[in-house]
Amino acid sequence: MPTVHVRYFASLREALGPQETVQLPEGGTVAGLRAQLCARGGRHAEVLAAGRPVRAAVAQQVCTEDMVLPDGVEVAFFPPVTGG
Amino acid sequence: MAATVARVRVQTLDFDLAAEVAALREGDLGVGAVASFVGTVRERGHPGAGEAVSELELEHYPGMTEKAIEAIIDAASARFQIRDARVVHRVGRLAPGEQIVLVAVSSAHRGQAFQACEFIMDYLKTQAPFWKKETTPSGAHWVDARVADDEALARWGIEAGNAAPGS
Repeated sequence: MPTVHVRYFASLREALGPQETVQLPEGGTVAGLRAQLCARGGRHAEVLAAGRPVRAAVAQQVCTEDMVLPDGVEVAFFPPVTGG
Repeated sequence: MAATVARVRVQTLDFDLAAEVAALREGDLGVGAVASFVGTVRERGHPGAGEAVSELELEHYPGMTEKAIEAIIDAASARFQIRDARVVHRVGRLAPGEQIVLVAVSSAHRGQAFQACEFIMDYLKTQAPFWKKETTPSGAHWVDARVADDEALARWGIEAGNAAPGS
């Protein structure tokens, strides 16, 4: 089973902590990971719920949620960006 | 061009516009124009914001943020005839009036420098992973992404998809 390193930023980091390691089924996608995290309930379900404005990056590149996650990759979830 | 100098820096320290522009131009006599933009912390977040901001805290994604800005400069280089560019973005705690971000672009002629500078800034606002948290008398809150910033990037024919709700 692939293991991925999940990182959170800004409001998601405040709610969930900076990072965690998560095991996924083979062929798991970003959307699958998000759903798996939501299924835990509690704060994960609250801030990662479908429909919430959450962006994802895989290996530090913005990605779409259908991307399949390789073993050991870094996945980040964060809110819309507000720099500049 | 001084290709060994980092084009992108994310730092807590303040920056000096004159020094950055001098470094950008150094050794390149083909430069005929430098356009620069400096963003600063406003006391009032946005029109209609009732409360004064006492502090702005900026968070970033170390590694990804720098790569994202490098990619933005590459996009500007592909689109405009520029010679070099610099982006410095501060993170950490800032007070109203402090400088947040610098974009400087060198080119042979002004038109391309002006356009590339604006393009980089419009792109950065919606694509570089930074997040702002404002502290006001009623507490601290994360700043919402603005549709107007997505619209600014759309003028260049690029869909930002940042402020759009859901995912």
